This record gives sequence, structure tokens and C-alpha cells, in this order.
Amino acid sequence: MTFVPPSIDWAALAPIVIVLGAAVVGVLIEAFVKDAVRRMVQVILAVVALGAALVTVAWRWTVVQAQGPAELVGGAIVEDTPALMAQGVVLICAFLGMLVIADRVGGEDGFTPVAAGAPGSTYEAQARRLGLVQTEVYPLVLFSVGGMLVFPAASDLLTLFIALEVLSLPLYLLAGLARRRRLLSQEASLKYFLLGAFSSAFFLMGLALLYGYSGSVRFADLAAAVPAMVGMDVVLLAGVVLVLVGLLFKVGAVPFHSWVPDVYQGSPTSITGFMAACTKIAAFAALVRFLYAVVPGLTWDLSPLLWTIAILTMIVGTVLAIVQTDIKRMLAYSSVAHAGFVLLGVIALTSSGISSVMFYLLVYGVATVGAFGLVTLVRERDAEGNVTGEATRVEQWAGLGRRHPVLAVCFTLFLLSFAGIPLTAGFVGKFTVFAAAVEGGAWPLVVIAVLASAAAAFFYVRMIVLMFFTDPDQDAGSTVVRTEGTTAIAVAVCAVATVVLGVVPTPILSLTSEATKFML
Amino acid sequence: MQDTPLTNLAWLLIAIPLASAAVLLVGGRRTNAWGHWLGVVAAAAAALLGIGILIEMLGLPEAERIHDLHLFSWIPAGDLSVDAGLLVDPLSMTFVLLITFVGALIHVYSVAYMEHDENRRRFFAYLNLFVAAMLVLVLADSYALLFVGWEGVGLASYLLIGFWNQRTEYAVAAKKAFVMNRVGDMGMLIAMMLMFASIGAVDFETVFAAAEGTNEGILTATGLMLVLAACGKSAQFPLQAWLGDAMAGPTPVSALIHAATMVTAGVYLIVRSAPVFEGAPTAQLVAAIIGAITLLFGAIVGCAKDDIKKTLAASTMSQIGYMVLAAGLGPIGYAFAIFHLVTHGFFKAGMFLGAGSVMHGMGDEVNMRRFGALRRSMQITWITFGAGWLAILGIPPFSGFWSKDKIIEAAFVGEGWQPWVFGPIALLGAGITAFYMSRLFFMTFHGKARWKESEDSANESDKDLPVQHPHESPLLMTVPMIVLAVGSVALGGLLAIGDTFTHWLEPVTGHVEHHDPVIAIPVLIGATIAIVLAGAFIAWRQYAASAVPVTPPEGSVLTRAARVDLYQDAVNEAVFATPGARVTEVLTEADTTVVDGAARGLGSGAVGLGTWWGRLQTGFVRSYASIMVVGVVLAVVVVLATRV
Repeated sequence: MTFVPPSIDWAALAPIVIVLGAAVVGVLIEAFVKDAVRRMVQVILAVVALGAALVTVAWRWTVVQAQGPAELVGGAIVEDTPALMAQGVVLICAFLGMLVIADRVGGEDGFTPVAAGAPGSTYEAQARRLGLVQTEVYPLVLFSVGGMLVFPAASDLLTLFIALEVLSLPLYLLAGLARRRRLLSQEASLKYFLLGAFSSAFFLMGLALLYGYSGSVRFADLAAAVPAMVGMDVVLLAGVVLVLVGLLFKVGAVPFHSWVPDVYQGSPTSITGFMAACTKIAAFAALVRFLYAVVPGLTWDLSPLLWTIAILTMIVGTVLAIVQTDIKRMLAYSSVAHAGFVLLGVIALTSSGISSVMFYLLVYGVATVGAFGLVTLVRERDAEGNVTGEATRVEQWAGLGRRHPVLAVCFTLFLLSFAGIPLTAGFVGKFTVFAAAVEGGAWPLVVIAVLASAAAAFFYVRMIVLMFFTDPDQDAGSTVVRTEGTTAIAVAVCAVATVVLGVVPTPILSLTSEATKFML
Repeated sequence: MQDTPLTNLAWLLIAIPLASAAVLLVGGRRTNAWGHWLGVVAAAAAALLGIGILIEMLGLPEAERIHDLHLFSWIPAGDLSVDAGLLVDPLSMTFVLLITFVGALIHVYSVAYMEHDENRRRFFAYLNLFVAAMLVLVLADSYALLFVGWEGVGLASYLLIGFWNQRTEYAVAAKKAFVMNRVGDMGMLIAMMLMFASIGAVDFETVFAAAEGTNEGILTATGLMLVLAACGKSAQFPLQAWLGDAMAGPTPVSALIHAATMVTAGVYLIVRSAPVFEGAPTAQLVAAIIGAITLLFGAIVGCAKDDIKKTLAASTMSQIGYMVLAAGLGPIGYAFAIFHLVTHGFFKAGMFLGAGSVMHGMGDEVNMRRFGALRRSMQITWITFGAGWLAILGIPPFSGFWSKDKIIEAAFVGEGWQPWVFGPIALLGAGITAFYMSRLFFMTFHGKARWKESEDSANESDKDLPVQHPHESPLLMTVPMIVLAVGSVALGGLLAIGDTFTHWLEPVTGHVEHHDPVIAIPVLIGATIAIVLAGAFIAWRQYAASAVPVTPPEGSVLTRAARVDLYQDAVNEAVFATPGARVTEVLTEADTTVVDGAARGLGSGAVGLGTWWGRLQTGFVRSYASIMVVGVVLAVVVVLATRV
């Protein structure tokens, strides 16, 4: 037997190659570029790479529109419109997220000077005094983005698994790099890693079962083997469920959501925004491909499970968000609830379901990056008036609307979008997802979703009332620090996108409605 | 089909005030000098365009008076796409004229009223925003777009009520209005979803066409949800509590939002949704019952309030109760509901502006027990307020007589128990209205002054009275009041004679044959006038002919109950807030004990060593992992169970 090297269409792989290549170059920069300019070089490299990848995705979109989808790298990856759409949305949010990550708000970035130092040690204090920076953050983010680009395009289970790990491993590290509240951050990192590894194990087990059932890890072979189903239903179904568990863990669906609040709270806020948006987009895109293209024949068997998970996710996310007193935790639970809403579109199993999911993810992604970006700006003051960590307790945001109206209005906009109030993007997103679900016959889910969003409006509104109509508590005084500008740009772009997508969503909706044909 | 150039420009009605609001908000302090005038001009331009469209529409044959202007395709979501379009027909035009005309007058009034407020420009931006949102609400051709306006007026009113948000109680009032309105919005959303699920559309045309063939259960549910939505917006029982507190906002806001326009949106919603209610008699009956309850509730509360604005708020609630009752009576009531809405818009807005004028002259005092004998020092206010007072009493030939009397007549129409319940309630309501409005009028403008001009008063008994220098308001304030007063006097008769208004609305509400009430009409009119005069006389004897104590007397049980809004806050507290807080507590508790505990418990079972381990350390990761294990096991079981 001779080894036949697969033919590789480098042009089609360009977006992935650009991002991963830049990540590798970033590692080299760590080794060879002088301290003084290292950070600047890394930031420019990362931003340019993400921008270039986004442009390339747009170019490939036109190519695929003209020539049709294609298999790449011997069928491990496909290039079709849903994959490109998901990659585009990931890159948009990653780009905006990178702008927030790169900003040294209040004169310092959000990351610890030495990740290896024990919190509170003299080593750490020394590093801080010397003004060290951990610029490894930038290549790590790029590696993660690289994984997220492969994830929605993967066309066999092994590639899917590898992409999952490539996107996750850097995130485990990044979660532990917060400058302030080091212990909380390290705890988050460890939790995320342990639970992520745990869910990967389920995923791998499912992969093994599916291989045992079909004799192949390729999606196409698997899809062909599903209808046969002779006497091995249990193996097939158990395998499918376990793979789904791996994916649902990443999107933070209940009951696989437990990590979400702790990790979102402990991670550096800019990283939280990035992963809350991008991981969810990539994971949902992969989930949709798996459900729509690989196992559409199992709808009947999977519906009860997916319905239950969607209902639980919406209700648990909403109810627990209501009782939170920490802004990051509140946003974390709200993102759980949003995962439930997106699941509605997934469950619809119609082509409008796919496009609505993509649209919702875009809407959710920009609002999330924007909201977390704003959280990085609001800081506590200690007794001497020094600016310290982020003011994440809800009551510290009281009266912010009067002192910093622009910031508060932007935050309000994101909250309104989360709540799904008309004329914000969130409304259109919810509307399309709900409409798809109704079309797919899941109207009881829609009724629950409407009730959940009505209840969810409560805590968003509470936040708005707090910012604009409550007197600030003197002791819990908070302040807003200056940005270098990039966070401001990111937030402004997110805010404008939130309004524009709410008022004239048609162009984007017509784009997403073209991204509904999966290739196996 | 004739050419309709002005009607095709109807989108400008919304665009003009919206653009003005944008300029004022974006322009910031630079527009301070002329910003308020831009606001006035925007509102006036919209009013002029509205009048132009009206004239154009009057030139068309009746059948061609309904125009659906397609704007753009808003949400193209598969089969369930939503287009944004405007519905220009007699019903929406009635509202457009009311909103822009009364709105423009109130803009003018506000120029003077808000003169000393440093944020006057922002105030006008919000007013313009409100006008634009309200116009979206009434011009929308689908429930989805209507909902945009619905939320928009909510937002604008929230901003306006809380305009003086430096004062805490105002912020609380704004919050209360916001929360209560969300309950109503939930009804609206569920109604839309029900339409989606059953009909597959949310635009008026499709929904109304399909309503006839839709299952009655679904229509009833939809109708009830629409009524809930209407209750939230229009301060109807049981969502009435926010209106009184919303009086904390500036008085022109109360005149525009809480008398003439926004609070009447619920009535509009019910009348607009007539085809849905046609198929849902139960929902219709519920609307009528809610209207009847609220009209008595508001009237009773109004009798005991000493705050002039809160009395007017209670009266608004009660008058909208009349409209909801009429709308709940079905086709015979629709036109009268809208008719009363229009006349009420004029006389109530006029009275609110009058109240603002009184407050202006009395150093922002709102307690009527500190007024009295103001007719001498504020003659224009006295006369214009008097016109509104006679109109709301329903004294012929003032506006209110024509509209309210029709509702009372319609309430007596029907079979079975209904005319014998709704009719007397409507009649009784008219009597109580006469009492509390006359009480307000006499306490404010007549009787003995319960204030003094200067410190060195000769009379010993005046010692404790506050010093006031009441004076008439400037021209910018009195002219709008005069215009509204003219409306209060003449508009009703003008529109009622020859049934002009009813005919005008017929393309929308349909033609209705005359029904005879269970009691002869002349007897009804006579009874109404008699009971109204009796109410007014009692008020005169008590509040004009005899002295009004400066401190409120203890009063009867009913008075005390009415003073605290018939315990609405206590009831809300007991029925909603406390259980709500309890539920939240329980959920928090459940989160920490049940979820974690159950996870720990179940996890121990699954892992086997869990219990022993759990005593040694409380590792959350383990507990999370346990939840996952349980989740995975259940997931596999659920899926396999469908197989076996």
C-alpha cells in the first residue's frame, strides 16, 4: 500500500493558514523580538492577521458562490457556505474582541505580568515592578481562533475533535491570566480545564462508538450508515448523544453549563468577551452541521432530548441570571439563556433555522463583546483613591448613567439587544429564531422562550434602572478609566452594529439565508 | 383609484419629529438656544401634514380611504416575513390628528412651562421622540411594527416621567410605570406568538382576514392577551397602579401622555383588533368588565385625592374605563369609544394644562386644600378649566355630553344581564365623576382662599396659612389652554351632529344598525343629567358653600381606602411583590441547596465514593462534573427510551 498525499488547495485554506501562521510567527516573536517593541508587534500582527483572514473569507465566499462547495485536505475539511458564514462571524467577533484584549485600559493591560508566579509572591511583585507583560496572550488567542475556524468546517469526527482541542487549550490558559483577583482566575482556569477535559472524554467516547457503528469517522460515511441502523441502534444513538454532549458543553447548555459562570467571572474580562462570543459561534456552527448534515434521520429520536435541553437552558439561564449580583456572572447566565434561544433555531431543522442561528450568533456576539468590553472600563477605587480591579458588583454601577452617559447608553443598548427589544438587533435575532422554530413545529418551545425572554427583560431592565435612576452608593464608588482607544472603537462598532442590524437587518439576513446548504 | 400625493408622504409624519429628536439629542448643548423651537416646529409640521392628509382623504370616496403604504421589508424570515408599512385609514388618521394637534399645543405650552429648567432642550427631544413613537404605534400596519411604537412610547414616557430623575421618588415612579408596562408587553408578545402559531402572520390584513376561520379558543386566548396588553398601557384594572405615581413627571407630560395619547393606546389596540374580538366574545366581555371595574375604581379614588394632578389621573383612569367598556361592547361601541377618546383628549389635556398653570402660579403646590378662590387671580385658567369641567361632567352642549352619553346609551343595549349591569355602572360613574370633578373645581377656584397674599395679615385665623402670590400664566401657556377649551366646548357637538364621526370611522369599524337601549333614550339622557347635577350639587354644598379644612378630616372607611388608591399598592405588594420576592428567595435557596445538594447527592450515588469524599472537601468542580455525569446519563436514557 502506497501513501497518497492529499492534494491541498491552499487558497481555500487561506483563512485558517493565515490565522494559525500568524500564531506561529507570534511564538517566534516571543523568542526573538526585543521587550520594548514586542507587545506592539504582537498586537499589530494579531489584528492584521484577523483582518486579513476576514477579507479572505469574504473572497472565498464569492468563490464558493460561483463554483460551489469543495472538499479540502482529503475530505477532512469542507468549504461550503455555512462554514464560511460561521468563520466570518467568528472572525468579526474575534477581531472586535482582539481590539478589547489589546487595549491597556487605565494604563495597563488586563493580564498578569507573570502567569507562572504564585499569586501574592515576591516574584510576582517584582515582575509587576519591572513592568513585565505576558505577550503570549496574542498568539494564544490566534491559536484559539484557528481552532474555531476549523471547527465549523470539519468534515470528520477526528478533525472535529482536534479543532475542539485546539480552540480549547489556549482558552484554558488564557482564563488563568487575569491581572487582578489572581486566585479566582487560576481557579477558573483549572475548573475550565478539568471540566473541558471531562467533556472531551465524553466526546471521544461518542466518537469511538460512532466509529464502531459505521467503520469510519468521515461525516459522509456516517450519514450514509445512519439509515441502515441494523441492530446497532444503541451504539449509534449513544455515540450521537455523547458527541452532542461534547458540543453542548462548549455552548454552555444546561446541564453542561456549570463551568460557565465561574469561568466567565474568573477570566480576564476581555478574554471572557472573546470566548463568550466566539466559542459559542464556532460550537453552534459545528452542532448545526452535525445535526443537519450527519444525523438528520435521527430527528425523531433526538427531539425529546434537544427539547428538554433547550427548555432547561432557557429557564435555568434566565432564573439564575435574575438572582445574580455580579455583572460578569449575570452576563454569564444570560449567555446560558441565549444558548437556549439559539437551540430553538437549531431544533427547527429547517433551512431558515440555520440562517436564523447564524444571524442570532452574530447579533449575540457583537453585543457580548461590546458589553464585556464596557465592563473592563468600570473600576473600583480603594481607600486611597487608587484605581483597582473591575467594579463587577451590580450596585457599583448605580448612577453610572449620570456620570458617564455615553458608556451607560452603550451598555443599555447591549442590554436591550439581549432582552430582544424592537429596533435592536436582538429583537430581529429572537424573531427569526422563533419564527424558524414555529415553522419547524416547535411552537410550545416558542411560548416558553417568549415567557423566558419576558422574565429575562427583568434583569436587563433592572440594570438600566440602576444605571440611570439610582443614586450611587458612596462607599461602593466606582470610576471609569481611560482607554487607549481600541476598546472604544470596538464598543462603538458593536453599538452601531446592534442598532443597524435591528433597523435594517435585510442585507445580512439575505446573506445568512444563503448559508444553508451543507456539503458532506 | 385617485392619486394621493400627501398620503404617500405619511412616513414623514414619523420622520419629522424623529429627525428633530435626533438633532436635539446629538446636537447637545449647542442646540440649547433654539432647540425647544425646533421641537415645536417639528410637532406643528407633523400636524399640518396630518391635516393635509385628512383633507385629501375627505376628497376620496369612502371605499378608497384605506391605504397601506409599504415601506420596506423588515424581517425576511422564511414564510413568516414581516414588512414595515403604514396603514393610513380613518381610524389611524383620527389618532394622527389628535396626537399631532394636541401634541403641538403641548409643545408650545412646554416652552414656557419648562423655561427655567436647564435641560429644556432634552425635554423637547424626548417629547418629539414620544410623538414619533406614538405615530408609529397608530400608523403601523402590523402587530410587529405596532409593538415597536408600543415599546417606543414606553421608553419615551419612562424618560419623561423620570425627567427630574435627581429626585428619588420620581425615579421610583418611573420604575413602577416601566415594570407594570412590561407585564402588559408580555401580553402583547404572547398575543403575537399566538397569531404566529395559528395564522402564521402578524400583519393586520392577513390576521384579520384569517381570524374568521380560526378556532375560537385561540382567538379568545389572543384576545385576552391583547386585553392584558391594553390594561398595562391604559392603566386599567389590575395594572392601574402606575398612573397615579406617574404624575411625578412634568405636567405637560401628564397632559400629553397620561391624558390625550399614550394611555389611550390600549383602546386603540382593542378597536383595531376588532376582527379578533368578533370571534372571541369571551375576551370582549372581559374587556367590558375590566372597563366597568376601572371606571368605578378611578372615580372612587378620584373623590378622596387632595393632590390636583392625582385627582386628574384617577379621572383619566376612569374615563378610559368608559372607553374600554365601550370597546368591549363590540361594534356598537367602537365608534363611541374612539369618539370619547378624542373629546376626552381635548378636555382632559386642557384640564391638565390648567392644573399646570395653577401650580405655576402657586409655587408648585399641588394640594387642593391649599388652594381656593383662585378664580379672581387666574381668570383665563379658571374659564378654560371650567370648559373642561363642564365637558367631563357631560353638561349639554359641551363635548363630553355627546360622547359619554353615547357610551351610556350603548351600555344599556343588549340582552340578558349585561345591559342591567353595565348600564347602571356607567350611569353611576357619571354621577361620581360629576362629584369629584366639581370637588376639584370648587376647591381650586371657589370658596375661601386657604392661602394669604402677605405675612402681615390682619385676620388672626390666617396665621398658619402659607403665603402665595397667584398670578396668571404667560401667553405661551394660556393660548394652548384656550384652544383646548374651545375644543372642549364645541368639538363634541360638531362631530356628533348628523353622526359625522361615526360615518367617518365606518370604513374601519363597519356600519352598525341602530339598537334600542333597554330604557328609552330620552329617559336615559334625563337620568344622566339629573345624576350629574346631583353629584355637582353635593360637591358645591360641601366644597364651595362651606369651608374646606386645610388638614384633611379623618373621613369614613371608604374615604380612607380611596385616599390610598383602594389599597392598590398593598394588594400589589401582597399579590405580586411578596410572592415574587419569595419565589426569588426560594430559587436562590434552591440554587444553593437543592441544585448543589442534589448534584452532590446524585453525584455521590453515581461515583460511589461521593458521600465520603463530600465530607472531606467541598470541591465544586466535582459537583459540576457530577451534574454533567447525571446529565449525560439522563440524556442517553431519554434518547434510548424512545427506541425501546
